[in-house]
This record gives sequence, C-alpha cells and structure tokens, in this order.
Amino acid sequence: MTLDLIELDGTCAGSDAVSGSCACGGSCADGGCADDCADGCGCSEAPEADADDCGPASAALLTPVALKAAPSTGGGKPGKTPRPKRPDFVSTTNACKLCTPLGAMLAFRGVEGAVPFLHGSQGCATYMRRYVISHYREPMDIASSSLGEKQAVYGGGPNLKKGILNVMKKYDPALVGVATTCLTETIGDDVGGYLREFRNEFGDLGLPEIVHVHTPSYNGTHMEGWNAAVRALVDQLAKERVEPHGKVALLPGFVSPADLRHLRDLVTDFGSDVVILPDLSDPLDGPALEDYTPLPEGGTPLADIRALSGAAAVIECGRSLAMTPTGPSGSSGSTGSSGSAGPATAGRVLHERFGLPLHAVGLPIGLRETDALVAALEAVTGKPLPRRHELERGRFVDALVDGHKYVSGKRAVVYGEADLVIGLVSLLTEIGVHTVLAATGTRGAHLAESIAAVTEGMLPAMPTVIEGADFEEIADTAEGLSPDLLVGNSKGYRYARQWNIPLVRAGFPIHDRFGGHRLLHVGYAGAQALMDRIVNAVIEKTQSDSPVGYCYL
Amino acid sequence: MTTATAPNVTATAACRDADLLDERKKQVHRAGQGPIDMACNRESLAGAVSQRACVFCGSRVVLYPIADALHLVHGPIGCAAYTWDIRGALSSGPELHRLSFSTDLQEKDVIFGGEKKLAAALDELIDLHKPKAAFVYSTCIVGLIGDDLGAVCRKMSEKKGIPVIPVQSEGFKGNKREGYLAACKAMFQLVGTAPTDSVSPLSVNILGDFNLAGEIWIVRGYLERMGIQVVANITGDGRVDDIRRCHGAALNLVQCSGSTMDLARMMKEKYGTPHLRVSYLGIEDMADSLYAVAEHFESVDPGIVERTRDLVREELAALMPRLRDIRRDLSGKRAAIYVGGSFKAFSLIKAFRHIGMNVVLVGSQTGTQEEYRELETVCDPGTVIIDDANPLELSHYVRELDVDVFVGGVKERPIAHKLGVGFCDHNHERKIALAGFEGMYNFAREVHASVMSPVWRFVPRRSRRAASPAGADA
Repeated sequence: MTLDLIELDGTCAGSDAVSGSCACGGSCADGGCADDCADGCGCSEAPEADADDCGPASAALLTPVALKAAPSTGGGKPGKTPRPKRPDFVSTTNACKLCTPLGAMLAFRGVEGAVPFLHGSQGCATYMRRYVISHYREPMDIASSSLGEKQAVYGGGPNLKKGILNVMKKYDPALVGVATTCLTETIGDDVGGYLREFRNEFGDLGLPEIVHVHTPSYNGTHMEGWNAAVRALVDQLAKERVEPHGKVALLPGFVSPADLRHLRDLVTDFGSDVVILPDLSDPLDGPALEDYTPLPEGGTPLADIRALSGAAAVIECGRSLAMTPTGPSGSSGSTGSSGSAGPATAGRVLHERFGLPLHAVGLPIGLRETDALVAALEAVTGKPLPRRHELERGRFVDALVDGHKYVSGKRAVVYGEADLVIGLVSLLTEIGVHTVLAATGTRGAHLAESIAAVTEGMLPAMPTVIEGADFEEIADTAEGLSPDLLVGNSKGYRYARQWNIPLVRAGFPIHDRFGGHRLLHVGYAGAQALMDRIVNAVIEKTQSDSPVGYCYL
Repeated sequence: MTTATAPNVTATAACRDADLLDERKKQVHRAGQGPIDMACNRESLAGAVSQRACVFCGSRVVLYPIADALHLVHGPIGCAAYTWDIRGALSSGPELHRLSFSTDLQEKDVIFGGEKKLAAALDELIDLHKPKAAFVYSTCIVGLIGDDLGAVCRKMSEKKGIPVIPVQSEGFKGNKREGYLAACKAMFQLVGTAPTDSVSPLSVNILGDFNLAGEIWIVRGYLERMGIQVVANITGDGRVDDIRRCHGAALNLVQCSGSTMDLARMMKEKYGTPHLRVSYLGIEDMADSLYAVAEHFESVDPGIVERTRDLVREELAALMPRLRDIRRDLSGKRAAIYVGGSFKAFSLIKAFRHIGMNVVLVGSQTGTQEEYRELETVCDPGTVIIDDANPLELSHYVRELDVDVFVGGVKERPIAHKLGVGFCDHNHERKIALAGFEGMYNFAREVHASVMSPVWRFVPRRSRRAASPAGADA
C-alpha cells in the first residue's frame, strides 16, 4: 500500500494537447483540428509505442500496472506526438478544482431560508452563480458585499453590514451564510468582529442567523470550502444541548439532489427521521413556480441544525474528509477555514461537543461503501436493512454478474473531488474496471491511502494517484496508460474527445448534458445507475466503432 | 399576485416597482413617464445580487478570443476556472485561447509575493505553447499584494522575444467597463508594431465582435462581397499579427461600443483611423451598417454603394419570406431584454418588431445615461427600462408584464424558466450565430422555438388559462 503521493515528474511524454495530437493534416499543427480529430481523422490510428519515450525506470517503479498493460492494450487512444518531458510545472492549465468560496456558497444554499453571501468583489458572486446555474439549471442567488477600490483600502466592514441589511430587506432570510474571498482575506477584514458589531448595532431588527466561514481562494479547493461551511454551520448553530430526539444526523458530503433524496429515503425506510446537512435537493432541484420566490423552498431547517445535539448519532460521509487533520486552520490541505481551532469536521464537532456517536464512512458509492453506510444505519437504528433496499442490493449484484464481461479489465481514468473519486474508484473496481489513474485537484486529501483501501486485493496493481492535479497533468499521465474511458465531471470532455474514448459523467459540474444534477450516484440504486451508464458507454463505443453495425450486444 | 389573468398589461398598470431598494429606484424607468434620468454606471449595491461581473471579467471577455495568444490569469484558481472555455469565441485556426492558464496563487505566494511564480509560469508556458503574444491578467489579489506585473512582463518579453502584456484587471477596481478599458490598453500595445504593406485602401478592422457562434465570419463575408479587406478581427477569431498591423486599416467598425470603443479612440488619436459605430443584429442595423461602410468608401470606390445595395437586396429577398411564417405565429407576443451592454438592446428591439413582438422590458448591466435616453426613444410607451437589475426585480417585471420570451444570458435563464417563460440566449453560451441577415433568421427561429413550445401550457403561470378551452395559448 502506497501512502505517499506518487509524483509523476519525468513520466511519459505525451502529445501536446494544444498543438494537435494527430496526423490529420496541416491545420493540426496550429491546433485547429479539434473537430476533425474527434471525428476519427486519424487520431487513434497510430498505435506506435505507447510508452516508448517515457522514463521507463522511474515510471515503472511508480506505475507497474500501467506500463505492463499499456503495450498489450495498445489501442493507441491518446495521441502520439512526442513533446518535451513535462517539467515540474508551476503553472496550472485547465484546473481540476474550483475556488474555495464556491463550495461554501453551495453548502449554505442547502440550508432552509439561507442567502449565501460573499464578502468580496462583485465578480466572484457572478462567476460562481453562472457556474452553478449551468449545472443545476436553477436560480442561485449569491449576494455580494461588492467591494470597490475604496473598500479594499479602508476595509469592507461597512459594505458587509450594508449588504446584509439589504439582503434582509429583500429576502427576509432565516440565515445569511457569509464566506470570505481572497480579496477580503488579503486585506485582513475581521469578519467575525464586523458581525459582532453588526449584531450590536442592529440587534433590534430581528436579525437572521449569520454564519461565517473563512474561505480564502488561495487556500484549498471548493471541497475545503464546502466542508468548512458545513463545519461552521454546526459549530456556530448547534451550541445547546437539547433533549434527545433520536433523529439520524447525516452529513452526506457534496452529492447531487437525486443522491440526497435517495439517502433520505434510505434512512427513512429504516424507520428513523433524518437531518441531512446540507440538503440541496429542493433548493437546487425545485418545481416550476407561479411566483418567483426570493428564497427557494427546502433545505435543512435551522431548527434541526440547532437541535443536532439531540441526534441518535452522526454519520459523516467522505474518507478523505475523515482524514482531515485536527489543528489550527490555515495550513494547506486542512479545512482551510473557520478561523477557529478545534475539531476539523462538522461530525467531529458534534462528537466532541455533545458526545454523539460518530460514524465516519465513505461517500456511499458502489456496493461496499454503501454496505458501510448501511452497517452504520443498522447500528444506529438497531434495525436490519429494509427489504426494499435489500432487493436493490440483490438486483445490483445480479447486474454485476450480467454486465461484467462488457467492462472487465477496461481501464479508467477517474478525476474530481477526492471523496467522489474514492467512491467512483470503489464502484469501478467492483464491476471489474481497472482504474489506472485517480486524480484530484485537492492537496492533502490522502487520496492514495483511500484508493489503496477501496481497491485492495482487487486490482493487479495500485492505480497511479495524483493530488493537486490539473487536467493537463492528468492528460499527460493518462497518455501513457491507454485508458478506455474517463469518469468524472464534464470538464474532462476535451480529453475524451481528443482520445476518442467515452466520458462517463459524474459529480459536478456537468455543463454539457441535460439533467446532470439528477444523476444518482449513491446507494445500491446509485451503484446500479452508474454501472448501467458505464457499461452502456463501453457498449456504445464498441457498437459505433464496429463496421458490422451489431444490433445485439 | 399574479398578472396571468391580465394579459394586456399597459403603461397604466399599477407600478409596484418590485419593492425596489431605495438606492435602486433611480435605476428603473418607464418609457413615456416623465424625464429619464438613470443613475447608472455606479458601483453595484452591496447585497443586491447584481448580475454584473468585475473588471477582470470585462478584460477577459474582450481579449479571450485572440486565439494565438497565451492568456495567463495571475491569481488564485477561481478566476481562471470560471472562465475556462466559457464562450464559443470560435477560431478558424489556433485554439490556444481555449485552455485555461493560471498561476494558481497559494497562501505562501500571497505572503511572499507572486512575481517569481508568474515569471516561471510565463517561462514554461511560452516555451511549451509558443504563442504569438501573452496577456497576463491581474486579479483582485495581485492588486493587493503589489506584484509588479509590468516589470515581470517586460523581462519575459525580452527573454522570449514576444510581446508579454500586462492587463490591469484587478476585479474590485470597478465593473466590466474598466475591464474593457484595460483590455483596450493592452491591445493598443500591440497595434502599430508590424508593417502594413499589403493593406488595401478599402480596408477595415472589425471591433467588438467576439465570434461566439461564427458571427464574425458572416460579417466578413458581407464585407468581402463588397470588396473590402478585413485587416483584423478584434477580437473574435483574432490573431496577434493582425492586431499588430491593424493601424493600416482605413476604418474601424465598432460594435459593442462599450467594449472596444476605447481602442477605436486610441487609434483615432494616434493613427487618425476613423471609426463607425455599427451593429450586426437585426435587419435594419445590419443593412445600415453596410451602407455606412459603403458611403465611407464611396470616394475611393464609387461602385461600392451599388454592390452593397445588391448584397442587401439579395439577402433580404432570401430572408423575408422565411420570416413571414414566424411572424404570423409570434405576432403580439411580449419580450423582455436584459443584456450586458445596451447597444445590443437597440438592435434587439428592432429585431423583435420584425417578428411582430413587443418589447415590454429592456435593461442592461452597464448602459450609460446617454444610451438609456436614446433607448427610451425607440421603446414603446410603458416599456420598463432598468439598469443593473437583480433577479428579484427581473422576475417581478417578467410577471407583471406577462412576458412570453426573455432574451438574456445564462444567469437570467433560470429566472425565466422557473416562472415558465421562454428564453433566448443572447450571450456567452449561445451556439447559434445571431448576426447579419442569416443571424436574424436564426434569432427568429430561436425565439419561435421557445415561445411556440407546448410546454408553457403546463407551467403554473399558464395552466389555469389553458384549463379553459379558449385558453390564451390556444
């Protein structure tokens, strides 16, 4: 088991993503051949020497599977134009992450009656709204303190206060979730102090709850922002010990509205009430309306967050999250947030503050990770898996058998948020797909350790694992690994197109398909849905590549 | 609450004006009701959920389509991530602009300064991609930590032998307009740095079209048919070398006056290049623009006016019959327009008239007093004119004015759709060219496809009416 990050300096020199990777004619040279390439102009016809100009010795040590298998698969998927060995780049090309405050904005959106509020310049809010809207196709209001040049010099306090007052006037929110940005962190705005002043000055107005979180975008990724916001919600709102109410507190991580609905059903079917925090399912997947409501319906009720101490137990999803080190925040790879020392995750706050039993499980994607969640639920509720879900599990196992031949030994590149990647790799491993590369934009995610855990004994060798990756590094690395498919968000599309292999979309964002937020990933039903999509992607590829035109496959 | 039962909203409709925040009241006006005095071009109000972006966004929008330049965003990752390949900005050749480069500043860079990292990033990226020039965008944080962008760029420029140009686009230093200016200043550093030998006396530069869906190719096609050489596309399908010699062109055609007028002014001042304000959207504006160009060159080439007339006649003969059926279906339907720069609004109002629709709401993120005053003169009485609107205001008016189709960008789409209103993307994400005569047909078809969809009878706003056999949608 490899616990350390695997560095890939000096591995395979692949084709140049920009300057065209195929032999389709003059226009390639200046990169204008994107269209032609994907249409099979010859990109994939040159299977010469997959890994010939790699640094074989060092690479072999690190990625034995890849190099052993690459020549034999030899599909020649990635382009072959050699390019200089990738040095230890300092720049980022095509990031495989988003900035920290975006995660916080999404998490705050999952609280009932909340208005996410960015303390920074106007552009951040607008860019994030646009990015989020393109995935969910739902309104996503993010207020901003809209700092200008003057405030950047004299401090953003007055704008923050005025902004919250304006939000109160227009939205009448139950909660304002304030996240900082690189601008306000760098000028050193004391948001906690400003908010104390605000409460003193305007306490007579019947203020909403105001939760704040430090999310400098130069520290961490959107996942750290998400986790920090969830932690801040619990830390700042669940302060009182209340009478036990026996509900299950579920901290699901960053999953889709469809996932959240499925998880609610699962816990409810155990006969337990559940508090899911945050719950994006209704706010970011709501019905058509007659009147525009300033605030979307749904989300975790504030009262439920305040009363979390009365829960029977807390289940926190995410292997990577669970490995967040405790300690003063601010160090790279920590929650990157909160400004307060103490327990590093929301679940640990509840555990340490109120003694709630804490079940840390992975994102429940695939059979074994779902089994782990179910085991936790069985332990908490004292009841066995409800029949409905037992049947779902049985059908999934049946499907594993029915579908295994289509995908056995196929080679996948998986990328995205660490916890999503771990879940997806776990599932892929179960259905017989060999993950050859698992990558995340996050650093300090302990991804290799978790990937080792979910693949142990089931793969010929450990996949290559990269943290702090951008898409160019993922592509450079993948080119030596002859992948058959990509699994992740829609931002990997340009590489799938370049290599003429399927991209199975999962996670966030999905900007190039309809219904991305309705994709189901979790539970046995989610495993089934994902497996169907993966198998069908492989079948579709086989079918369209075949000259025969098979209508049975 | 709903106005669904009052389809004929008129100027006399009760004006709740969306419970506007006090500071916002001077940014909304109803055409024909008193003098117009928009308090526009001010900083967005804190907490008001503006649809606006930032200085960086303005610069990025303008420079982004220059396809053979390296666009390096110096800052934390967000600014680069959210602008990665977000617009069509089609290129007929290189596509370096479609990659998203960032220095991805980390905490230690913020503390110790990002200059070294920037220099290293430029070094490696220029070596790898061999761009014709590099633009380095400053972001909020760079303005704060005081990196000397200019010095780093100068040094790299010498080392690599290509122009490496800083773009002073710190996000918080204003709105998109300042970003446009920063972009124009950056481009102006390229202008005049290459010989203009092969430039014809009948030549233009196209400024302010970004070729999101191939528009610039349509316009170039017309100009070439008129016998005019296009020296530089600024910036759709743009090339560094073209911009370097664009001072040789006889005329600048400026669309989207907000974004590139500054460059036209700079070129006028330094090189004496005259400019014309044009619009390629809608029939009249496209034709008027071509005629204006023809008139400009008439003294050099007397035949050009006739050629232009033939061109327009030919195009209209093909277009008008195709529009007729669409117009029949859309006649009397109501449209709302919310766009970035107000120039587009003028053309859209006229375009909607051609398909029989009434514009009942029109607004922009960055219009000027003067533009709004002009806008009022082309609006029907009672049309609501709004500056820097937010979702609540937009949704209020969409309901009050009983809008059938909303024209806007991706941030407006969910508002329209949530309320069961049709939508036409006239912004980044569109994939269909809306410029020129064929663009007019595409636009009409887009609007038609949305407005005439059967889905509206099922949305809550309309389902009540549809329930009666004589439903309004029947």
